[in-house]
Amino acid sequence: MTATLPQPEHDLPRTVKGASCSCSHCGQPVPLGLIVAGQEQQFCCQGCASVYELIHSCGLDAYYRLREQSEAAAQAVPATDGDRLAVFDADKFHELYVRSREDGARLVDLMLEGVHCAACVWLIEKLPRVVPGVLEARLSLRQATVRITWDPANAKLSQIAKALSTLGYSPHPARGSRDTVQLAEQRTMLIRMGVAGALAGNTMLLAFALYTGLFSSMEQQFTQLFRWTSAVLGVIALAWPGRVFFQGAWAALRTRSPHLDVPIALALGVGGVVGLVNVILSRGEIYFDSLTVLVFLLLVGRFIQYRQQRRADESVGLLFSLTPTHCRRVVASEDGSIEQVPAEAVQVNDLLQVHAGELIPADGTVEEGNASVIASLLTGESAPVPIQPGDGVCAGSQLASSTIRLRVSAVGEATRVGRLMELVQRGVADKPQIVALTDRIAGWFVVTVSTIALGVFAAWSLFDLSAAVDHTVALLIIACPCALGLATPLTLAVMIGRSARNDILIKSGAVLDRLAKPGRILMDKTGTMTRGAMRVEQWVGDGSVRPLVVEAERHATHPIALAIVEQYEDEQTVAADDIHAIQVLPNGVKAQTSLGLLYIGSRACMEQSSCMVPGVFLEQADRWAEQACTTVFVSLGARVVAALAVGDAIRSDVRHSIAQLRDWGWQIEMLTGDEQAVAEQVAKAVGLERSALHAGVSPEQKLNAFKERSDGMPLVMVGDGVNDAAALAAADVGIAVSGGAEASMAAADVYLAKPGLTGLVELIARARSCRAVVKQNLALSLTYNAIAISLAAAGLVTPLVAAVLMPLSSATVLALAMKGRRLPTFQQRQYEGPQR
Amino acid sequence: MSILFIVLPLAFVLAGIGVWAFMWAVKSGQYDDMDTPPYRAMFDDD
Repeated sequence: MTATLPQPEHDLPRTVKGASCSCSHCGQPVPLGLIVAGQEQQFCCQGCASVYELIHSCGLDAYYRLREQSEAAAQAVPATDGDRLAVFDADKFHELYVRSREDGARLVDLMLEGVHCAACVWLIEKLPRVVPGVLEARLSLRQATVRITWDPANAKLSQIAKALSTLGYSPHPARGSRDTVQLAEQRTMLIRMGVAGALAGNTMLLAFALYTGLFSSMEQQFTQLFRWTSAVLGVIALAWPGRVFFQGAWAALRTRSPHLDVPIALALGVGGVVGLVNVILSRGEIYFDSLTVLVFLLLVGRFIQYRQQRRADESVGLLFSLTPTHCRRVVASEDGSIEQVPAEAVQVNDLLQVHAGELIPADGTVEEGNASVIASLLTGESAPVPIQPGDGVCAGSQLASSTIRLRVSAVGEATRVGRLMELVQRGVADKPQIVALTDRIAGWFVVTVSTIALGVFAAWSLFDLSAAVDHTVALLIIACPCALGLATPLTLAVMIGRSARNDILIKSGAVLDRLAKPGRILMDKTGTMTRGAMRVEQWVGDGSVRPLVVEAERHATHPIALAIVEQYEDEQTVAADDIHAIQVLPNGVKAQTSLGLLYIGSRACMEQSSCMVPGVFLEQADRWAEQACTTVFVSLGARVVAALAVGDAIRSDVRHSIAQLRDWGWQIEMLTGDEQAVAEQVAKAVGLERSALHAGVSPEQKLNAFKERSDGMPLVMVGDGVNDAAALAAADVGIAVSGGAEASMAAADVYLAKPGLTGLVELIARARSCRAVVKQNLALSLTYNAIAISLAAAGLVTPLVAAVLMPLSSATVLALAMKGRRLPTFQQRQYEGPQR
Repeated sequence: MSILFIVLPLAFVLAGIGVWAFMWAVKSGQYDDMDTPPYRAMFDDD
């Protein structure tokens, strides 16, 4: 709403004569100046008024009633999407995102910003009433994605997008969501779990009858009937839903890597075969009840973990949708008019127009316009680089000021970013698989259990061969690490879910395992340790001219000017009389003020305008240059009265976070593409030694840093840029931080969706507590196994004992896994210093 | 008591129908979105 109307004055009262007056659409207070007397509906801004008008005219007032019921905050700010939505009609857009149905209707998935409650679902699904021609709109609340079916003869997609935008839900083509492959995987897992559940339930009913028959005698024919049916159900359970464990075990054996599936498959296999033989020979014990329940519980654990991981993965995928997908192409033939096209449709030799603040969509040469670009995501260098006609620019860098036209020289995979992405792909392929703690234990678990089983078999076969077989099978089944196989995924799922609520998106549970033990963390500088943007570090000299400086710099678009305005935004404003004739120079700003002629700019600017620079300021400028800061001079009446240092500011939490990580035993190093001088200053400020510093590193070298690792310590990469993406992919654990490039988010295992390094500390704290819970579970389930194995070795385990012991152990371990929820939260522990 | 020989298979046929219905529900996408449908049920039809 701020974009459509000027902000209300601050000193206006927010209520009218005691009665509060809130906006009929968004519920925020209505400024006095905008209250219309004698009208029931009041609006805080024109935007809200037009949304209300639209909703009301379509007869959708029930939205407000629903919203009250769901007690959600209102979606106040209508999006200002402007001409961006024109791209929704481009041919290429339709080719990429739109599908056709047989009856001619079209389908598209759009990701919406600002969807949060039941009222949103209701309003969005009433879209057919707002835009005639829309046949159906179905919203998925969790994914914030709407599937729209419309009739192309009656409505254009841009009209639909416009309507959504007006309602306050800014639409984007949904990329990376509703992946059909993953959806199919989730369905398969769900079916497997459901079938296993049904089989387990029925087998248990039969087992109940059999166990009851143990105590009172049952007729032979019924015992046989029940044994045979159990066997049929059990074999189905092992061969259909249980197949995944055998497949997993087989894959693990072939690659000779330990995996928890191996002991599970061993127990399931031996139990199944012997049970079947016993049923056929009408003798001995069967274990199908325990086996089917085992399969079911293990599948439940895995499904829950899968869903939590998918959730994190999806959230990252949906963030991709928010990155711009369109650009402005100058139409070649005619009057130089501009059309909106999807970024994928750009071709070599196209002429593109890029505005300040936008990402450059392709590699190319500047044809028109002087501007500066920030290539920090690409190179790690935080200072903007000036460009002029004839200079080359790379896709993925951001235009900091003014507008340029560029002739495209490379698109897609041929761009520098595209080539970097190839490295990322290779990095992912080279990445060593993380062997989870439980899987490593599973390795010697198999060996130990098999050895004991052989021993028990040998000892018992001295007395009685059939008893030896029975006791050995009982031992193998009861030694199945099911408690562990169930508890570990659940512990991880609980952790991943809790982390996601705290804006830490973990794409794989194995990461938590890897981060529990200290290793080396390599951190990118720009955007990770620093904000990745300019900031005023210091102001020396006369402070009273600050309001004038801010007012003058408001007219410039240079990143330094933006930084100055942002920093001193709260300064008193100056009257229009005090300053006028503001003029932007190539390296500064000039203005007429009541105190004399004002110049703000670099040293060159001062010299050109023959301003006197006192020696103190020159010395100060030299000192700042050593600290890698740019100096901006302020001159009033041909004499410099103040100077500012502008640089890329270090995030406030970095020093504390690094100290905390070091307390936990991590080695921290800095890896940056920026110059040595800049890097050293940052390193000093955050408390890193020079030896932990690697400056001037290219993306390719970053990748090599990971290939050359020798020690077995986990190597963690933290970064945000495209230049980090290959390293993120190759690291044992890649962590992308907020505000980063799409490529780095895709390559990383973890995405910290909040700025700064606090998220990293929190992530590692979680990993540590997760490890503690897993270890507890491990100890418990191994104790259980030791007892159970001793009982089995002594020949005391009957199927009934097994049927009671196994769920008992699972329940205990599950309770512990859930207890992870009640561990002290990170916020309480944060300042306690070193632990353990 | 030999009625069991008829009732037991019958019970499994019923259970089988249940499992088949579940699989059909999953395959037709009814479990894909677990968050939105509960809200949809609250809305009045108009």
